[in-house]
Amino acid sequence: MNKQEYELVVVGGGPAGLAAAQEAYDQGVRDILILERDFELGGILQQCIHNGFGLHYFGEELTGPEYAQQFMENVRERGVDIKLDTMVLEVTPEKDVYAINSDDGMLYIDAEAVILAMGCRERTREAIDIPGTRPAGVYSAGTAQRYVNMEQWIPGEKVVILGSGDIGLIMARRMHLEGAEVEAVLEIMPFSGGLVRNIVQCLDDFDIPLRMQQTVTEIHGKDRLEAVTVAEVDDNMQPIPGTEYKIECDTLLLSVGLIPENELSKDAGVKMHDVTGGPIVNEGRETNIEGIFACGNVLHVHDLVDWVTEESLVAGKTAANYLQGGIDKREQEIEVNPGENVGYIVPQKITNDVEDRKLVDLYMRCKKPMEHVTINLYSGDKKLLDKNERRVEPGEMITFPVPEQMISDDMDSLKVDIVKEGE
Amino acid sequence: MKDKTDILIIGGGVTGCFAARELSRYDLDITLVEKEPSLCTGTTKANTALIHAGFNADPDKLKGRLNMRGNQLYHERIQHELDVPIEWLGALVVAKEEEKLPKLEELLEKGQENGVPDLEIVKGDDIYDLEPHLADDAIAALHAPTAGIVNPFELTVALANNAAMNGADVYLEAGVEDIEDKGETKLVKTAKGDIEANIVINAAGLYADKIANMVGIDKFEITPRRGEYYLYDKQADIDVQTTVFPVPTKVSKGIVVTPTDEGNVLIGPNAEVIESVENKSTTREGLDEVLNGAQKTIPELSKRNVIKEFAGLRPAITETGDFLIEASDEVPGFINVAGIQSPGLASAPAIAEKVVGIVKEEIGGLREDPDFDPNYEGPPKFRHMSHEEQAKLVEEDKNYGQIICRCESVTKGEILEAIREPVGARTVNDIKRRVRPGSGRCQGGFCEPKVVNILSEELGIPEDEVVLESKESKLLRERTKEPLLNEEEVSDNE
Repeated sequence: MNKQEYELVVVGGGPAGLAAAQEAYDQGVRDILILERDFELGGILQQCIHNGFGLHYFGEELTGPEYAQQFMENVRERGVDIKLDTMVLEVTPEKDVYAINSDDGMLYIDAEAVILAMGCRERTREAIDIPGTRPAGVYSAGTAQRYVNMEQWIPGEKVVILGSGDIGLIMARRMHLEGAEVEAVLEIMPFSGGLVRNIVQCLDDFDIPLRMQQTVTEIHGKDRLEAVTVAEVDDNMQPIPGTEYKIECDTLLLSVGLIPENELSKDAGVKMHDVTGGPIVNEGRETNIEGIFACGNVLHVHDLVDWVTEESLVAGKTAANYLQGGIDKREQEIEVNPGENVGYIVPQKITNDVEDRKLVDLYMRCKKPMEHVTINLYSGDKKLLDKNERRVEPGEMITFPVPEQMISDDMDSLKVDIVKEGE
Repeated sequence: MKDKTDILIIGGGVTGCFAARELSRYDLDITLVEKEPSLCTGTTKANTALIHAGFNADPDKLKGRLNMRGNQLYHERIQHELDVPIEWLGALVVAKEEEKLPKLEELLEKGQENGVPDLEIVKGDDIYDLEPHLADDAIAALHAPTAGIVNPFELTVALANNAAMNGADVYLEAGVEDIEDKGETKLVKTAKGDIEANIVINAAGLYADKIANMVGIDKFEITPRRGEYYLYDKQADIDVQTTVFPVPTKVSKGIVVTPTDEGNVLIGPNAEVIESVENKSTTREGLDEVLNGAQKTIPELSKRNVIKEFAGLRPAITETGDFLIEASDEVPGFINVAGIQSPGLASAPAIAEKVVGIVKEEIGGLREDPDFDPNYEGPPKFRHMSHEEQAKLVEEDKNYGQIICRCESVTKGEILEAIREPVGARTVNDIKRRVRPGSGRCQGGFCEPKVVNILSEELGIPEDEVVLESKESKLLRERTKEPLLNEEEVSDNE
């Protein structure tokens, strides 16, 4: 077995891993290894050839590969070690990393700190329990995106898309541009989980219908998909009998949610959060295991890669601090809890005493769309801060910066809620 | 395709492949034909994967006798000869009401009559020692320690490959279209060509009645009975130690909860008589019935962590409710092996043994092949190895350093091995059944394009010719549009 030692091992060379490695380097860590399972860095951004990335972080619109390229160059310039086509098999609580590739064989890496940045996977037809046959032609939207953009194959000609998450919307346009007929995009909720701009630019601009509160209730076809049965659903997302209709199609793309991919984390003993599906972390993105950090979609599913970058810079910085002599802890841990209409908040706790910090960003998702709202931050019953928003959507992550000076040692918890303005 | 054979077996399920393997012990020319591009696509593909102990079937039925004998053969021979996962977890039949106790006693007696060893009725805490997460109102259970689980895909593939290693020929996509009875021989017309056989063994499963009809036999009819299933993620943390049954009713053995050989939990099946032998559709009602039934014995089950729903069809001869294994009186040289519903998988070795006996009688004696090798070893299983073993494997062959399926840790080496075996894999689902890429929680979302690439490369066919399962189940339609400018044109323009 090929034994190596590194100060910092980053698992995953997508946007999260790259930004984290870059920041750790810039904070003075020199001994860094990125392990990437694909043949190139960049992660899923490499198959996202559409534009719209980087508006917040770079102030310009980039394609996925362009966005990734910036960070790929940055880590290469800094001389960060990179191993491609390398799969991490195990991370132990002691931060031993086992990985394998064809050139080195089995790698056993003794790391002082580990950043988990494995990203997420797509929810499947099976996970959402659609009955029917099991023909060819049912794909997750991301798999179809890989076929079209990376392998240059169109999976089908007549397409129904279930789920109006961003990948579903992007793939509706992509399939349309490749000459496929996109019959409809169906959404089980009364609102879309995707970005508003994607609904406009990917569906409205091409007259692709978006049908709300409808879902696929049966899949038909013996060899290749032949049709799907669609039904309207009630407010509990249950199909309404009598509303069923059939759409003939040879392809069903599913964009029904993303799941942080945490099998490695769980095996390492990292504690998971029920709602996010990712590790429970403090504001430095450190997990319950000292020296193991997590950032990006492995931690919680982000809407924009720009926020993945921001979050990963935080994780990279904290990992560097950890390696350079440790992190000062607050006297008392502060829990961060979601209140009314808040689905989750990351980080789940604030524990570190950081000297030069001005803000702690709270990332959160609302549970339902609302207009003219006030987002309130409380410590116990005491309101610390609020801000008004014209509109909040579950599909769009809310960033709520908390000034450092508001965080005091006598707090034991913070809470955020989202209410109608004036309530 | 060759044009003559001693014995032609129709059907590449566990019954046909077991017969082929057992007959390949003898000095005979064996041929097996399968209509699909892969083995194991019918009843063998979708069932509960159990080696029943043998207490359920009536002693006066073929099912009762062969189940017990089959179980014994798995213990004594098969698990040692073939590199196939078999685990003897034992089974529990759980009674929750007083009035079910006589039925439990009846099963005990039936089992004892069938010769099932070590059966006992356990009560109270003893039940929970065997199955800690059982519903808390169990009052008694029949415990059958000789019951087991097996991987039916790996078993069937092992049998076919072992038969092929011992000289049998296996033809895929060779569906039987007609059979001409020429007296001494039968001329079997397949999609791959005609072949003349001295003896035909009809192991066509759901299609066995149609095959029999081709030679004028209409004494039995196959009624498909559909059963639906849910399969859970390995990481689901559902603690089930044994195969758990409720007390059976007249119509059904009830919904089973069982671990699989890979550590998933499988629940099902319900039982529904349907019309079409092609209808492997799952249904909302059926799946709900399965979950509700399973929750009665293991209450912690829910839809959470389900990674697969599927339905299987059992080829029942409802008139007798039994297997039909016999040489036809009407058509000499034609052997029916039909109606192999549950406990068909458990009985399979004994069914093959019986078929060998019938062939022996038909031919008037068989000579053993001194070169017969009963042992088979499948592709290595990277996922079950220690890191040291994994390191060694990749040192020997770089392809084992390339993980294709991240959920199940399947390497390129294993996939290549599956394709390169004597009876090699040709479809995405076949590879999935043999070495598991796509069997995990992402259901092939990440690895399917890679498996398509490997199949295309190894078989020398374009990617849009690669199929999921059947010949018509192509995954890709056409190439994307060409870029407006190719790279040279771009540089010219600059």
